[in-house]
Amino acid sequence: MLEVNGKSFETDEEGYLANLSDWEEGLATAMAEADDIELGPDHWEIINFLREYYEEYQIAPAVRVLTKAVGKKLGKDKGNSKYLYELFPYGPGKQACKFAGLPKPTGCV
Amino acid sequence: MAVKEFEKPTLKDYTSIPSVEKDATSHLAPFKSKEEFQSSLGYPGELVDNWQEIALDKMGDLLKKYRSLRVYLDSCMQCGACTDKCHYYLGTKDPNNMPVGRQNLMRGVYRRYFTLPGKYLPKLVGAVDFTKEVLDEWYSYYHQCSQCRRCAVFCPIGIDTAEISMAAREIMDSVGVGQKYCNEIIGKVHKIGNNLGLPEPALANTLEGLEEDVKDEINIDVKFPLDVKDSDVLLITPSADFFAEPHVDGLIGYAKVFHQAGISWTLSSHASEAANFGMFIGSYDNMRKLALRIREAALELNVKRIIFGECGHAWRVAYSFLNTLAGPFDFLDSRYPVPQHICELTYDLMNRNVLKFDKSANDDMTLTYHDSCNVARASNMGDILGGQFSVPRDIIKATVNNFYDMEEESIKEKTYCCGGGGGLLTDDLIELRMKGALPRMEALKRVVDDHGVTHMAAICAICKSQFSKAFQYYGFELDQIISLHQLVGNALIMNKKEL
Repeated sequence: MLEVNGKSFETDEEGYLANLSDWEEGLATAMAEADDIELGPDHWEIINFLREYYEEYQIAPAVRVLTKAVGKKLGKDKGNSKYLYELFPYGPGKQACKFAGLPKPTGCV
Repeated sequence: MAVKEFEKPTLKDYTSIPSVEKDATSHLAPFKSKEEFQSSLGYPGELVDNWQEIALDKMGDLLKKYRSLRVYLDSCMQCGACTDKCHYYLGTKDPNNMPVGRQNLMRGVYRRYFTLPGKYLPKLVGAVDFTKEVLDEWYSYYHQCSQCRRCAVFCPIGIDTAEISMAAREIMDSVGVGQKYCNEIIGKVHKIGNNLGLPEPALANTLEGLEEDVKDEINIDVKFPLDVKDSDVLLITPSADFFAEPHVDGLIGYAKVFHQAGISWTLSSHASEAANFGMFIGSYDNMRKLALRIREAALELNVKRIIFGECGHAWRVAYSFLNTLAGPFDFLDSRYPVPQHICELTYDLMNRNVLKFDKSANDDMTLTYHDSCNVARASNMGDILGGQFSVPRDIIKATVNNFYDMEEESIKEKTYCCGGGGGLLTDDLIELRMKGALPRMEALKRVVDDHGVTHMAAICAICKSQFSKAFQYYGFELDQIISLHQLVGNALIMNKKEL
């Protein structure tokens, strides 16, 4: 359970949002703050892309799909995992998904 | 992320045996599986009331079914040869992570209920009652074993701790105590076809993206076919190959090999996973159900051969058990091994000069190679004695100019686990994973210092993901771990024309 702005949100053991539809921007900001990250426009580009992709495919995008999309939108120098790790040090796949309200990717990743 | 702080091991010049620290990692236990994941695998949702009775019945069943388990529990003479051989002991200092310590957790219960002296004189023979405290201890320490089997190499009578840990997990599942990471994943494969839960449209989209990427890079139409009937080869690869880095670079390498050799191939959306976590939880039924998806896909797509991508334990299941789990495969082309490893394919094509390499394409790297535990200690390649060691190395040597092995005690049959195998590649065990990676990191550091090694190649999805994390933790870069077939893809000389 996570309390943000007086509202409570159901989460799993690792703090991932239980219901995607509960997500709101303030939640992402609060989750990021807990991880010592201040969300800037670049973070939001990624978070919004993750949410759009999830809506269409019911899964987070593969790292390459994400880096390609970022490269197209923010410039080729940013279309790589190193850039994504700078934004989300715990890994774009896991930390960014968490902020975006997506379930944690499972498997050998 | 909210990871509890723990003391960071320091990398020493040589791996040393630490002094024992009792209960050093007794606080570690992965998240338990919820009812929804348990029930989809046929297990109770939570600890059942009469758990002790059911657990002992299950143990009795397993002792009958697997004579090896009884032999392992009976025959240990506590000689101590295994005590310093587990990477988790070397990294955590906890005596229950000595293989013999881990085995003794089950051995005590076994003696109490299944041997005559243990029934009547338990204290004299180290027999213990199966209490809730013992069950909790099992849950903790049988999830601190990556089932890598390094200890078994050094045991004078060959006791396989992995088999004991698999049996323990199966017993715990039968009373409703399962591990979230493994059981959620197995449920996803049963339902969707892969560990990630990657549905067919997302897989198709990802593969289309890869075709574009390769076309952009080398201006050749390398295909990544999905569900194409009547292809020669069905490729079964870990779903991490679709999703993660450096895994995907390996997948691109396989695709280039198939393209260059003119072999028609396909992936399957039904069997879009090589991994078989049924083995990690010791469940024959789940392992079989997962393996049958591969058979179903092969029949449906009418292929002639099955080839496995870079996945360590998948190759153990495939090489050692696939035929009994999901065979017979008499509908496949008997001129080829059933199944075949992607390294065997590349090795064969390379030896027949079908593939030619320009090693200089990899001159920006100096390589070493990490033997994955399940490949090294539970399989073979190329029908050559020790082929599981020589085939991948021969491919690397054919594709790079600069290669150095790590020291002999840490490679081949004595290889150290990456620290994340056996169903432990989960963030709730990050302390164990980082500590368990220590011996491998120390061996790596030595070749980095002595020979200027810049990259380590591996052929296992778990190893690659684990090293991406461990490398950053120990001061290397995350992209210093690469897929073996990334080297192949880089160096492969490709014709521009379509074959």
